[in-house]
Amino acid sequence: MAIEIEQPTVELSKVAVSETHGEDSPYFAGWKAHDEDPYDESSNSSGVIQMGLAENQVSFDMLEEYLEQNSEASSWAEGAPGFRENALFQDYHGLKSFRQAMASFMEKIRGGRAKFDPDRIVLTAGATAANELLTFILADPGDALLVPTPYYPGFDRDLRWRTGVKIVPIHCDSSNNFQVTLEAMEAAYMHAVAMNIKVRGVLITNPSNPLGATIQRSVLEEILDFAKRKNIHVVSDEIYSGSTFSSSEFVSIAEILEARGYKDSERVHIVYSLSKDLGLPGFRVGTIYSYNDKVVTTARRMSSFSLISSQTQHVLASMLSDKKFTEKYIKTNRERLRKRYEMIIQGLKTAGIECLKGNAGLFCWMNLSPLLETPTREGELALWNSILHEVKINISPGSSCHCSEPGWFRVCFANMSETTLDVALKRIHSFMDQRKTDAIQSPPQQ
Amino acid sequence: MVFKLNNHLLSRIASSNGHGEDSPYFEGWKAYDSNPHHPMENPNGIIQMGLAENQLSFDLIQDWLKNNPKASICTPEGVNEFREIAIFQDYHGLPEFRNAVAKFMAKVRGNKVTFDPDRVVMNGGATGAHETIAFCLADPGEAFLVPTPYYPGFDRDLRWRTGVKLIPVDSESSNNFKVTREALENAYEMAKLDNIKVKGLLITNPSNPLGTMLDRETLRSIVRFINEKNIHLVCDEIYAATVFRQPEFISIAEIVQEDIECNLNLVHIVYSLSKDMGFPGLRVGIIYSYNDAVVSCARKMSSFGLVSSQTQYMIASMLSDDEFVGKFIRESKTRMAARHRVFTDGLAQASIKCLETSNAGLFLWMDLRGLLKENTFEAEMALWRVIIHEVKLNVSPGCSFHCTEPGWFRVCIANMDDQTMEVALSRIRTFVNKDHVDTKKPKRTLRWQGSLKLSSPRIYDDFINSPHSPLPQSPLVLARN
Repeated sequence: MAIEIEQPTVELSKVAVSETHGEDSPYFAGWKAHDEDPYDESSNSSGVIQMGLAENQVSFDMLEEYLEQNSEASSWAEGAPGFRENALFQDYHGLKSFRQAMASFMEKIRGGRAKFDPDRIVLTAGATAANELLTFILADPGDALLVPTPYYPGFDRDLRWRTGVKIVPIHCDSSNNFQVTLEAMEAAYMHAVAMNIKVRGVLITNPSNPLGATIQRSVLEEILDFAKRKNIHVVSDEIYSGSTFSSSEFVSIAEILEARGYKDSERVHIVYSLSKDLGLPGFRVGTIYSYNDKVVTTARRMSSFSLISSQTQHVLASMLSDKKFTEKYIKTNRERLRKRYEMIIQGLKTAGIECLKGNAGLFCWMNLSPLLETPTREGELALWNSILHEVKINISPGSSCHCSEPGWFRVCFANMSETTLDVALKRIHSFMDQRKTDAIQSPPQQ
Repeated sequence: MVFKLNNHLLSRIASSNGHGEDSPYFEGWKAYDSNPHHPMENPNGIIQMGLAENQLSFDLIQDWLKNNPKASICTPEGVNEFREIAIFQDYHGLPEFRNAVAKFMAKVRGNKVTFDPDRVVMNGGATGAHETIAFCLADPGEAFLVPTPYYPGFDRDLRWRTGVKLIPVDSESSNNFKVTREALENAYEMAKLDNIKVKGLLITNPSNPLGTMLDRETLRSIVRFINEKNIHLVCDEIYAATVFRQPEFISIAEIVQEDIECNLNLVHIVYSLSKDMGFPGLRVGIIYSYNDAVVSCARKMSSFGLVSSQTQYMIASMLSDDEFVGKFIRESKTRMAARHRVFTDGLAQASIKCLETSNAGLFLWMDLRGLLKENTFEAEMALWRVIIHEVKLNVSPGCSFHCTEPGWFRVCIANMDDQTMEVALSRIRTFVNKDHVDTKKPKRTLRWQGSLKLSSPRIYDDFINSPHSPLPQSPLVLARN
């Protein structure tokens, strides 16, 4: 065995020792609590129910059914003739059939209201890689992206950690349902300027995580016009586009560009993924769709660091080019998510809890501000902690999403069975009842 | 749809040529892509010998897959596992995957060492692994020492987005391109003089492009060197299972087990299944570090390049089949040895020598110095163009690997069938017998201005890169389109 010598440790890089990976936030602390005591219908019915994970588990049966009936999709079982070619395929352009299938799937999701060119599709291992990659391409270290709050906590790592790029928040609040306003964008931009930071783009998530709502057409137009005036990029993360409860309510930035005849579209880039709409986060399927040739070329080269497994491309190419299957899937998935959403909204309502009116996504944006001891971030975290330990559900506090108003929480509803959701709602009900009782018995001091 | 390119500023990284593709060497790839050899459809096309793929043992894998349909979650036999695997995105990776990889890595090293599954971190191929390791170990502007000749992709993988520099450690043919202590010291001192902080040394063992392994004494000398300088050691061992002849492969994992002083926190291994098993499309890259902080950091970074859970599951299944793995490793070596022998014999018939110490890798390091008009890189480029356009073989010129001596070429021999190999050899024989030497001037002048003095390593900030193709397609794939 090597004789270990006492040495001052060689430093790792600054990136390595920084905390920008973001894992010390409450967003992840709740996960740890869940992992230590996970709910299970039969074996641990008093465990922590995970409602902090935006997964889509409502439509697996359709995928499984497809695979059972189309074993040539994964043709290796029968003599594996395609295996060799597939295993050798590492071209960063990606399997053409897969890109075509993705383009067609993205078109279907948007009800055919926008066209996608397969040659503009760049494949990456998940939207995580796509967002980081785009940031490397659009901004230099020290520059900033404007991001509306509240936003997906993972952006702090994905957009900033290894890139050295900053996020400057565009503050949104409940007065107008957290919609992005021109004033807020201007304010964020000026704030960056005042700090001597160069703004390179706006990154929006549409439908929004954590709000669970689509961005209105007029707001999208405003964002595009703002970007044009400032001569900056627009990144539209549309990974929940297939999870809108009705097809007609989602307006993609692609539609607006098409309506504008693609004028000034080189500044626009769309991120998509199959992790949410198809419920396949493990497969690591992300895409960048850019209207800018140089970005497409550069992104393609950079995707070398995070290509999609050719095995996965192969099986999904088959599945997503099956028009009958995709039509049925998209329609049914939407239906089921909508039902889930109604179930949880109703359940919360009867418990006396209001949510933001949502129309998409795998979660709802819950307003617990009336329950806060103090209308502060600390108050919110205290409430979150008691919900975690007393109600035994893990939900995501708004502060981890950089929400400027305390008291809002994101609650996921698609990563469990209906039965489990029922259990969660019952627990929340009891918790709220208990609170009412406590309030009556010990009214707040005047 | 055509979009007018506006003057939208992209980042410095995006606007740079750190992607490495702007080199004259693309001529070779373009020539191949526009005229690819196919035994039936295009027998006079260019044969791809610039792509280090392992295609010799697919039949074994295909048989295994046929007999183990459950290994794929997308088949009726395996679909029971589909849901659980499809949602699994934990960056620790499937435990069975890590266990199987750790076991495989040990087997490939003759079970002389064991690997801890908890130190196995996934990445997007070795490409992703190298970039991640650079992000973990060095800040922008800091440097890694890299012995020449080296894999051209390093210039992109270690430098492009990280801002890290590479400092070549030169080697010469007089001692078969061994890595010497003197050269290491030299490179280190030069960096110091230029005020560049060296954070680590990157070695590839077995070597690409040399096809040789580092001997025990060299490895020990390297370990002593990095400990004295207190810098990291990254060992790229992606060709470990391609060693087909004695001496047996010695991994750095073996060395640090021996009686030698070593700070284990400095040692990291990069591995992959792309070469040993021939699966480049599956993107299975691995970082194995003896440093807990690096394991932890690399694991977090692996979020940017996780291995598809579908693939993890299949690999776990395959590599836990001990009987299959043993048979595969043995048979693969045998076929490599045979291919190597046929090729070196064929080249010898054309009076072409290869590096005699080579016993590994998917390629040969060919000595064509005798065919150069003069001992310059211009002459090497001229000869290379002749080989592409007249002999119709895409081989890789030594300068793309930063070789300091003109006249060496890497030729890949494991990415084609026997018939194509015979065609390639006969073309070479014909060419040499014609004593054909191209006297045309090269079309473009070289940008690279390096001196040829071996004792002064240069820092390659602006240099010509490899013909690492943007379209690394195997001939079989291309033939289909």
